[in-house]
Amino acid sequence: MLMNTFQELTDAVEKGNRKEAARLTQVLLDAGTAPLEIVESALVPAMSNVGEKFKNNQVFVPEMLIAARAMKEAMAIIQPLLTAAGIVPKYTAVIGTVQGDLHDIGKNLVAMMLKGANFNVIDVGINVPPEKFIAAARENNAQLVGLSALLTTTMPAMKTIVDAMRAAGLNNVKIMIGGAPITQQFANEIGADGYSPDAASAVDLAHKLVAA
Amino acid sequence: MWPEFASGRHGTLMPKFTTLAISDPAQLRFGVAPKPLNTRHGMSIGGGIVYPELNFTLPPMFVNETTLPEVKRQYREIIDGALHRAVELEAPGVVIEFETLPPMTENPSWGIDIAKILLDAMEKAHSQHGLKSVLRMTPNDTREMERPPVMRSGMLWERMLETFEGSAAAGAELLSIESVGGKEIHDEALMMGDLSAVLFSQCVMGVRDMRFLWTAIDKIARQYGVHCAGDTACGFGNTAMVLAEQKMIPRVFAAVVRAVSAVRTLVGYECGCVGPGKDCGYENVILKAITGFPMAMEGKTSACAHLSPLGNIAAATCDTWSNESVQNIKLLGGMAPTVYMEQLIYDCRLMNQSLADGRDAALLYQKWMVNSDAGLDPQAYILTPRSAIAIAQSIVSSPDDYTAGKNAALAAIALLAEGHKNGLVKISELELPWLDTMRETVEELPAAEGEFIDQMMGTVDTEKFVPKDYAL
Ligand code: B12
Repeated sequence: MLMNTFQELTDAVEKGNRKEAARLTQVLLDAGTAPLEIVESALVPAMSNVGEKFKNNQVFVPEMLIAARAMKEAMAIIQPLLTAAGIVPKYTAVIGTVQGDLHDIGKNLVAMMLKGANFNVIDVGINVPPEKFIAAARENNAQLVGLSALLTTTMPAMKTIVDAMRAAGLNNVKIMIGGAPITQQFANEIGADGYSPDAASAVDLAHKLVAA
Repeated sequence: MWPEFASGRHGTLMPKFTTLAISDPAQLRFGVAPKPLNTRHGMSIGGGIVYPELNFTLPPMFVNETTLPEVKRQYREIIDGALHRAVELEAPGVVIEFETLPPMTENPSWGIDIAKILLDAMEKAHSQHGLKSVLRMTPNDTREMERPPVMRSGMLWERMLETFEGSAAAGAELLSIESVGGKEIHDEALMMGDLSAVLFSQCVMGVRDMRFLWTAIDKIARQYGVHCAGDTACGFGNTAMVLAEQKMIPRVFAAVVRAVSAVRTLVGYECGCVGPGKDCGYENVILKAITGFPMAMEGKTSACAHLSPLGNIAAATCDTWSNESVQNIKLLGGMAPTVYMEQLIYDCRLMNQSLADGRDAALLYQKWMVNSDAGLDPQAYILTPRSAIAIAQSIVSSPDDYTAGKNAALAAIALLAEGHKNGLVKISELELPWLDTMRETVEELPAAEGEFIDQMMGTVDTEKFVPKDYAL
């Protein structure tokens, strides 16, 4: 019976049915299910299904965001329990758009997909100076920093950040970069650990980098 | 102190468009506008010739105090190379657009100095080789560098106006901007597929900012005897188009956003703009029908800057033909801006040859431009001369901007539904339900703007903008 409820919760999140997602989460909790199990066995699979459908052009972003909102609704119930039990997501990623650059649609999508994959995501926003990336990575013990740039005139800021992070001794923090003008070659040139062309593959890249 | 403006088009002191300048699809075509614009060098834009409009940008590099000499060298190299090619190919005239990069608007003297470099080279090409040219100056709308943006005062606003003023004084005859009023909530509206929020952003917030902004720019233009050319809903319509191109949002949704955006961009023409409308505003087709002013357009030859499904159809109504932007990098044929100058000139030669062969020849060429794109994408379909005029009509017969936005959306939805039914435009199965959803959304909206505002102020994220800057 509980197996069914897991499936129903996954479906509710996928369809973006917020009320139903909250209700089913409560049902599972009342039945004594561990909060983390709900996240891992129902919510993350839901977002990963939606991500998969999006990759295959079966849904659009609005459907994906509506699913993310439903997941958020469920997480609002689960998060306090996880926090109380001292359970934190395994990985933390800091993500932001580099100094001088205001483009954030792509960065927001990457952040949303990482959240869906149960990363703890610290979004430091747009027009972010190197110091702020470093401070956020330190304070949150991030394993990963994501940099976004859409202007050719702000691409060089990525190198500044990579250098500053290395100079600050954050050698174990992986850096991934993206944005329309960015290439793998550019990532290699500036010493970033990875590049990904879109939000869906950014999650695969993130997993690969933190596991390495 | 800036005057406060009423939100409706009617009942203000602004000229308003209540009828169409062009109501016959056969009159809505390239190279000819009912109200052409004459420049100091004697170009007549919209007067029977399509001119190339070149835009360019820097290769990957910082723009700061230290790099400034190199930045200036880059622009000198760009303009010298491009004008040289234009002279060799005997272009009948060229429009040069200088769209600044943000630091050049934040530090007005940088932007103005570069404008002078361009003007200098343009004057030289004119006196030495007789090449006619005109500079369109497009500072950045840097107000959005702060979040939430302060729209009506502050350092960023003042420096932006200073950049306009300095370049107008230096001889930039055409003033443009890609303004961002209302955009604070538009990206999210696009990502959520939320048409109500799109209407609120563009036809309530956007139009108010446009009135404020263009009244200020118009004052500068008058003072220096130059022209307000036009704005664009780039941050709105083209963001939607790029997202649709990446399969993030439905193409039919992006098409409707485009139709709505005409209402916002139109306000510039109510406040003194006389064209050519800015190149990346694909809504310019609709605006040409409404205003009769000449329009810049971009399509296949701007693929260097962004992809679009509008490569040919965009040229069907252009008066200047642009490449949007290209980096100053080396290609096999030469530096990219020079290469693009050549491409634009050849595109224009073909259009101008058809114009020279007479109306029927031009109309035949235009038919090919339109029909080769229109059936393949809803965003192209709503820009056929017939569709554009239908949308334009829905706008001018509306009593206020909010109603105009709703009606433009409904007109576009109806055109798409009818076009799909008659097999004239391809719409994917996945997208078809969106037509009904969008129509229902608009039909359920309140009739009165006041009621709509109350409703939306309760649902959009009001932290993202400064309501008083929109008189909200
Ligand atoms: C939308 C847009 C805007 C919007 C931005 C809205 C916003 N909130 O972001 C607005 C209108 C505000 C804007 C402003 C400007 N823009 Co703009 N803009 C664009 C446009 C059309 C689309 C960008 C976009 O959102 N794409 C959709 C998203 C989903 O895609 P994406 O960002 O590429 O992200 C995906 C991937 O790249 C990747 N990714 C992104 N980030 C990251 C990060 C990581 C870590 C990873 C792994 C992956 C990843 O995943 C994402 C999802 O799949 C581009 C055109 C283009 N070709 O990209 C121009 C473009 C980038 N802009 C350009 C310019 C010039 C400007 C302005 C200077 C224009 C002006 N006149 O003021 C200003 C600059 C302001 C500033 N200081 O940043 C130029 C840049 C030219 C150059 N020299 O580099 C472009 C290329 C347009 C052009 N052809 O001229 N712009």
